[in-house]
Amino acid sequence: MEALLAQARMELVLTLRRAEGVLITLVVPAVLLVFFASLGIAPPGYARPVDFLLPGMLALAVMSTGLVSLGIRTAYERSYGVLKRLGSTPLGRGRLLGAKVISVVAVVAAEIALLLGIAVVGYGWRPGGSLLWALLALASGTAAFSSIGLLLAGTLRAETTLAAANALYLLLLLLGGIVWPVERLPGPLAIVGLLLPSNALAEGLRLSLGQQPGVPLAQILALALWFVAALMVASRTFRWE
Amino acid sequence: MGIQGRQPSPAVDRAARAATRRAFRDGEREPNGEAVVVRDLVKRYGERVAVDGLSFAIQHKEIFALLGPNGAGKTTTIEILEGYRKADGGEVRVLGLDPQRDGAELRTRIGVMLQSGGIYPTVTPIEFLDLLSHFYEDSEDPRELIHLVGLDDVARVRYRQLSGGQQRRLALAAALVGKPELLFLDEPTTGMDPQARRLTWSLISSLRERGITVLLTTHFMEEAERLADRVAIIDNGRLVALASPRELTQAETDEVQFTAPAGLDLVALRALPCALDARETQPGQYVIRTKRPADLLAELTAWARDAGVLLQTIRVGHESLEEVFLRLTGHELRE
Repeated sequence: MEALLAQARMELVLTLRRAEGVLITLVVPAVLLVFFASLGIAPPGYARPVDFLLPGMLALAVMSTGLVSLGIRTAYERSYGVLKRLGSTPLGRGRLLGAKVISVVAVVAAEIALLLGIAVVGYGWRPGGSLLWALLALASGTAAFSSIGLLLAGTLRAETTLAAANALYLLLLLLGGIVWPVERLPGPLAIVGLLLPSNALAEGLRLSLGQQPGVPLAQILALALWFVAALMVASRTFRWE
Repeated sequence: MGIQGRQPSPAVDRAARAATRRAFRDGEREPNGEAVVVRDLVKRYGERVAVDGLSFAIQHKEIFALLGPNGAGKTTTIEILEGYRKADGGEVRVLGLDPQRDGAELRTRIGVMLQSGGIYPTVTPIEFLDLLSHFYEDSEDPRELIHLVGLDDVARVRYRQLSGGQQRRLALAAALVGKPELLFLDEPTTGMDPQARRLTWSLISSLRERGITVLLTTHFMEEAERLADRVAIIDNGRLVALASPRELTQAETDEVQFTAPAGLDLVALRALPCALDARETQPGQYVIRTKRPADLLAELTAWARDAGVLLQTIRVGHESLEEVFLRLTGHELRE
């Protein structure tokens, strides 16, 4: 337990020391939320922009923590031989992974608090719907994006992971239902968007937090599938050095 | 101990095998008090055979060096013992354990210094040692370790800002955090300046008093000569010789080394009655092995006078480990 907590603390310190990581995980979703909410552009069907934007930015925050931050950090740890070195200590791979999970959950929680704070204070947003389903969607989204991040980190070179994670981030941000509903994208792009995990997470959150709450079962199932698939591939292909 | 020939000498091989057979017979858990036992170890990477039937055993509290050129199979061997790689053939026991099967227990009892890296670039020495100290039930004080390896001045400087030698010393300190019974040091002083190397040598020697068993790999002859109780010379994944540095260098032969014009007639030199062999190690540098150095000197000077050759800086001495290596493997120890 002591080893797990010490490693989790180290993971958090390392996350905060990567300045560009902090920018992309904490600052970008908050800035986008403020920017689009202030412009007052809401897709049809949403009374206020924040009702559409907040779930999208929560999804973006999860994505940037699990996919981008965790993925890139782990890829570099692999290339620096840190994963290999820690593998020869009693920490073990299980607790190393556990520490990463703790650090990701902690960062995601901080982001959620920040975004909710902005939405509530700045734009009068009030939670509706089911917080339980929203939490479930956030949890399954965090699991899905973290396993995709680890999949990249364990198979690609560090520099390639860096590029791939950032490219995926941009793609999912634009086409994955984060800042614009996928059903409003032109034809084939809409189909692509529908299949992306970011859309599942954002839509799941919109459903559960909306004024007429629905149960986001399909979205949670989709995220669970992404999680299991990425985890299975990662566990087969992950190289520790 | 016999050291002859450039193939793994049958005598060496037989002795090593007998020792390991005994060890395995005497008990699964703690064979014969030996800290490390390697028997007929084989490791292949595709077509290439990296380790080719290697056998040796390391006693408790011994400092044991694997010496060989790059690509000889040193790192592969040490990483099999550490549990990082699976052997393709043969058996290994580390502290009586199977590194693959009993990895979790083994990791609480060993310390590992990788050949390079292994440390977060943005973390300071004190932070990294403190982190590792939480992984072990009984650990050294990070501050004392920092002092021990002479990193007091940079204890709060991030790893990536340390010099190469400082980075290696931190890696050594990190290997000691868990109070290991057995320490694996893969090229511990590569990249160090002479001063840091000397400090590290005295540090490794001092581990002897703590009763720690050390397996180190090196391609520095002087390192093996100074530190190791016994040296295993490895070439192309095979054991070439296994003995103490003294035994290896104080073989029954002496050497006469001298400087003279390049291109002397080696056949004539070998024909001197007391010469065992003669080599031109570099243009103008000659070495003749002999059992009777005084007689050889007389023969050599007589020959030089007759041939009209001026001999300079004649020196009589034992072979250095470097020369032993050259003789056993037929090639230089490249860095």
